[in-house]
Amino acid sequence: MASESEALTATGYIQHHLQNMTFGKLPAGYHRHNADGTETVLEKATWTLAHTSEEAAAMGFNAVHLDTLGWSLALGILFCFIFGRAAKRASIDKPTGLQSFVELVFEFVNKIVIDTFHYKNRLVGPMALTIFVWVFLMNFMDLVPVDWLPTLAMKISGDDHLFFKVVPTTDPNATLGMAFTVFMLMIIFSVKEKGLLGFIKELTCHPFFAPKKFWYANFFLVPANTLLETVALIAKPISLGLRLFGNLYAGEMIFILIALIFSGMAFSSFTAAGFASFFAGSVNVIYWLFALVVIVMTLWLNLKGKLSSGKAYLLLLIELLFIGGLSLLGGGLAHFGWLVLHVLVITIQALVFTVLTTVYMAMAHAKHDEEH
Amino acid sequence: MNINFTIIGQSLIFISFVLFSLKFIWPVLLGVMEEREKRIAEGLENADRAGKDLELAQKRAGETLREAKEQAAQIVNDANKRAAQIIEEAKEQGRVEGERKLATAKQDIEREISSAREALRGQVATLAIAGAEKVLGTTVDAKAHASMLDKLATEL
Repeated sequence: MASESEALTATGYIQHHLQNMTFGKLPAGYHRHNADGTETVLEKATWTLAHTSEEAAAMGFNAVHLDTLGWSLALGILFCFIFGRAAKRASIDKPTGLQSFVELVFEFVNKIVIDTFHYKNRLVGPMALTIFVWVFLMNFMDLVPVDWLPTLAMKISGDDHLFFKVVPTTDPNATLGMAFTVFMLMIIFSVKEKGLLGFIKELTCHPFFAPKKFWYANFFLVPANTLLETVALIAKPISLGLRLFGNLYAGEMIFILIALIFSGMAFSSFTAAGFASFFAGSVNVIYWLFALVVIVMTLWLNLKGKLSSGKAYLLLLIELLFIGGLSLLGGGLAHFGWLVLHVLVITIQALVFTVLTTVYMAMAHAKHDEEH
Repeated sequence: MNINFTIIGQSLIFISFVLFSLKFIWPVLLGVMEEREKRIAEGLENADRAGKDLELAQKRAGETLREAKEQAAQIVNDANKRAAQIIEEAKEQGRVEGERKLATAKQDIEREISSAREALRGQVATLAIAGAEKVLGTTVDAKAHASMLDKLATEL
């Protein structure tokens, strides 16, 4: 297989960025394509890392995304560490910087919960806080330049084809996992508040129910209600999970495309070709580092007064031309522009997930009989 | 992009973080902020009360001052009255004393006059006899003319 050339094409780049690091069980008799073009047939079912997306697909349900779980775990621990520390050291009279920040977030989430959720439940507040901060942190990973962490992981592991997605919320497993947990809690609280009978009644006798005089009409209305309410119920977690996933997935895709377009243009330049001949596979990191160092040095010399402004501009222009035309500058600006927009997106999506979870919890507690 | 065991793993991680938050973060922060709110409310209430107390104290101080002024005025007034009274009394006393002294003096004078008269009366006989002796050129027996002399003395 020509995996060397595949990694350099646009499709390969994008596909590589969208595949999770999957550890799973390959079924017996599976034909594995090796990097050198040979093929291995597995004699028995094997637990292994997937080398291609086909392998990941073949693993079916018996697989975990190590990167998704690892990053979400790490970011969750970060949340627990920061907030737990702030809570432990919280002082009533003299809040420090960290405590003020934590209290700001807490106050914000608490207000949302108080505004939407009017019932007695100890779990809703902490859940809303966890979701908001955790989802925000996971989304925030999207703002780390798309190639940095995956390239770092490749260097550390020594495997140039390692799949490594750093944004857990661009994995539907993560978002749907959270959404279905929320769904589960919804059903638990619904049953707890209204009883099993009340919950079933809500599904079957709502929104259409005939009065006693026309009781026979219910033979038609109850199935219709059931269908309607079940669809509405199931739609809640799915829309909750997919909304977050879709937004982040699209956002990351744009970052990948921007990186692809501009790095492609940069690599087509003269200097990059020279670097590529020296460093072959690892051109990516070293090249960008070189470009960064040269430009920063020019700016620094200008700042220190060792270089007049006119000369510095001229030098920068030449450097940029050598490094890869103006594509670096353009890429930087495009990245920055999308980053600014995306900061809004990730915050809003974290907020939406939090608010909707709280609303769903409130719906689970709401008794329909009282409204009529 | 495959749905696999990750979905359950993520659920478990999610639940564990929610439980951590439920146990160690939310109640602590809520407690701290409620306590602070309570303290602020108390502080404001205290400030309010202090303001009211101050107002009250000022009012009381004003009242006390007014009372004190009234009292002072009263005292001055009384003192003035008393002074006038004392002067009146002194005047009256002086007058009475003067009158008394006058009366005594008059009595003294009366007494002097009467005593002088008595003395004179005693000597009248002697004088009359001496005068008559001079006129008559003889000795007048006082015993022989005693009745006439006594009569003269009483007429005096």
